[in-house]
Amino acid sequence: MKPKFIDFVFDLFTHLRKNNVKLIYEGEISHDIIKAFTALTENDLKAKNEANPTQKKVFNIMVECLQNISKHAVSIDEITPKNGRGILLITETDKNYHITTGNLIKAEHTDIIKTNIDNVNKLNKTELRELFKKKLSSGRISDKGGAGLGFIDIRRKSSNKLEYNFSKINDDKFFYILNTVIEKL
Amino acid sequence: MSVINIEHTETTPKVIFNKETGVFIIEGKTLPENVNQFYEPLLDWLTDYINNPNNETILNLKLEYINTASSKAIFSIFLKLEKLIEKGKKAKIIWYYADDDEDMMDVGEEYADVIKVPFEHIEFESED
Repeated sequence: MKPKFIDFVFDLFTHLRKNNVKLIYEGEISHDIIKAFTALTENDLKAKNEANPTQKKVFNIMVECLQNISKHAVSIDEITPKNGRGILLITETDKNYHITTGNLIKAEHTDIIKTNIDNVNKLNKTELRELFKKKLSSGRISDKGGAGLGFIDIRRKSSNKLEYNFSKINDDKFFYILNTVIEKL
Repeated sequence: MSVINIEHTETTPKVIFNKETGVFIIEGKTLPENVNQFYEPLLDWLTDYINNPNNETILNLKLEYINTASSKAIFSIFLKLEKLIEKGKKAKIIWYYADDDEDMMDVGEEYADVIKVPFEHIEFESED
């Protein structure tokens, strides 16, 4: 093995440990992957005797975030057109779980994502409930299966405002990170 | 009329729609890969059922997890029950939720707010 590669593996291990990363994955987010990771996390939380509502919130938010990637992420280059690729991190602190996802999106989609997240972030509990009801009873399921309810649901189940970031890759693509915090009960 | 009897999987619920016995159940987790693919046959069945329904239809839902795409599909199922009421038939939705699952209780209340079908909310003791 090349020394550089050995350093890389050891650094990666050290960083993951230091940041309390429970689970990390980079690759295609398929339905099977979603099933495997949610089951894994569910078992892990159960084994640690986390409160049921905490388990369910973590599970639910993971599903929404990962299904978003599997439906909307785009490929890094046109040569290897693999859709639905991204990174998932589950980190744990004394008080919280963090669910962080990152994936490439088309530049033209940044505005709509930003608007949607900013909107749910400024609404209170009652307003979120009303918006959910309104979206539920209007409009159809889009052809990608999204219902426009995802961010509202994630926001309602998370303990903090949703954090996001867009890093420009080129004129067409951005790397989009979404971070959700779930307080332990 | 045919009977719908689907076993649950990790991502789809158990479903029973039986006109003859009057049993209508959706139970378990609903977070399918393709929501339309799972729910379209159920909606088609209900469309047929509405043409020649029982006098009373009681739909029992006992959900453990529901993703947002499914919540839209479940809404479409409830709209079918609304049609029954418009036709002068009786319909009711029974929403079961675990006593430690406030989120699922809320979902039931939100549906009850937007659907014109009588709702009954029943709390059950969580198994865990």
